[in-house]
Amino acid sequence: MKTIAYFPGCALKDQARADETGTLGALARLGYEIREIPRWNCCGTVFSLVQDDLMRHVGPVRNLLRVQAMEEEKVLTLCAMCYGTLARSAHFVEDPERLRRINAFLDPDAYQGGVEVIHLLTLLRDEVGYERLAAETRRPLNGLRVAPYYGCVLLRPRPFAVDDPDSPAAMERVVEALGGTAVPFPERTECCGTHLTVTRKDVVEERVGRILRSARGGGADALVVTCPLCHFNLEERRPAGTPDLPVLYLGQLLAWAMGEDDPGVASLVGRAAVSSEAVR
Amino acid sequence: MNEVTVFIMGKGYRVPAGLTIMKAMEYAGYRLTRGCGCRGGYCGACATVYRLKGDYKLYGDLACQTTVQDGMYIAQLPFTPAERPAYRLEELQARGETLLALFPELARCVACNTCTKACPQKLEVMDAVQAALRGDIPGVADLTFDCVSCGLCTMRCPAEISHHHVWQLARRLNGAYLTPRAPHVAQRVEEVRAGKFKGELDRLVAMPKEGLVAAYKARDIEP
Ligand code: FES
Repeated sequence: MKTIAYFPGCALKDQARADETGTLGALARLGYEIREIPRWNCCGTVFSLVQDDLMRHVGPVRNLLRVQAMEEEKVLTLCAMCYGTLARSAHFVEDPERLRRINAFLDPDAYQGGVEVIHLLTLLRDEVGYERLAAETRRPLNGLRVAPYYGCVLLRPRPFAVDDPDSPAAMERVVEALGGTAVPFPERTECCGTHLTVTRKDVVEERVGRILRSARGGGADALVVTCPLCHFNLEERRPAGTPDLPVLYLGQLLAWAMGEDDPGVASLVGRAAVSSEAVR
Repeated sequence: MNEVTVFIMGKGYRVPAGLTIMKAMEYAGYRLTRGCGCRGGYCGACATVYRLKGDYKLYGDLACQTTVQDGMYIAQLPFTPAERPAYRLEELQARGETLLALFPELARCVACNTCTKACPQKLEVMDAVQAALRGDIPGVADLTFDCVSCGLCTMRCPAEISHHHVWQLARRLNGAYLTPRAPHVAQRVEEVRAGKFKGELDRLVAMPKEGLVAAYKARDIEP
């Protein structure tokens, strides 16, 4: 068993609970002991672009501090938004002067720096590896045609991109390793509209419609995402006339392939009758 | 007598060492009609802020529970104004959205932890805000069970959250909708309705005063 610190984020503990259970189950099957950070706080959702109002940066840094207290060097997130905020914060306080000033807020604790933030996708690519992923797949996706949707925060801004921002490939490779067929499509790196879902539903709807039409046009049977917020938008903000394309979280595909139950994937793969008991 | 000097509202007084802030204020001649209640650390009426000489921090505590120190600068906060929207519990759902809809300031939390540092009850106040943000109502109820609503966190919060009102709502939602019902309560109500205690009550009502006094004196007192 390899231990890894885990930052769930608010969405996975509230609206997107279902995404968490299966994913963590699959990671356990892959030999990870997931250590949820005790007493984590909201990542902040968006990285604060204000450089001098340091209190806006305290929240994410506090989470890194707690990873440090667990004596872990890496922290895993399942959410692309959390990844973006935490990874950028970790970088922001690489500057010793900023770190000193933020630590003055964190007093009596102090963050030493150096915690690495990773996302589920990079864990699968860099640590598990495509080959092992394929070898550990107990229930292949049967060639299911899946369109990987990256959205923006995993790929932008460039210094924090987990893959080539213009032509990413990691998710396609994961889908194939799990026995699916990856369907690349032009809109796969477009932003879904993220938190404008609260104030400007119209903007989000327009983008969601475009993304789903593009994926369907490529012949996909399902879209796969790396972020609970993208997931929400792509399901709940569909304008009228949008193709009826199922949206899955990356961890759901993983969970199914590793032998965890996932009704969403089960019906798509067309083997709904196979329970996880049968493959254990 | 062992005395210390404290400054109340900026004026110095010599008071006996070992007094609580509340007693010291009364010793100095203040008559407390507000900002003072149970005197036992329960009601939260006596929030006080103070600074110690040579220390950059502003401290908060309950005046009835905190002993004076030499060179303490004290101010009493009789009340922290805090917004509490009107709601009807029967019309609400026990979900995170309910808390956020009534107290949208929650989303302004930047996890600075100032609230936690301000809490005289040593509660993990910021964790409770975070639990509220992720819709964990039982978590909020649990973390704030010992809140005395003194208002110190609310006074210091840069996000302007009205903490104790949020906690109260979370505990109400938790109690009304999320905590399992206690079956013995309903059972007892039925027993009362069916007249189980009627004979005993009638006997007491009919008893002359001397008999009542004697019965009171002879009553079973729980240890
Ligand atoms: S007077 Fe009630 S808590 Fe101090």
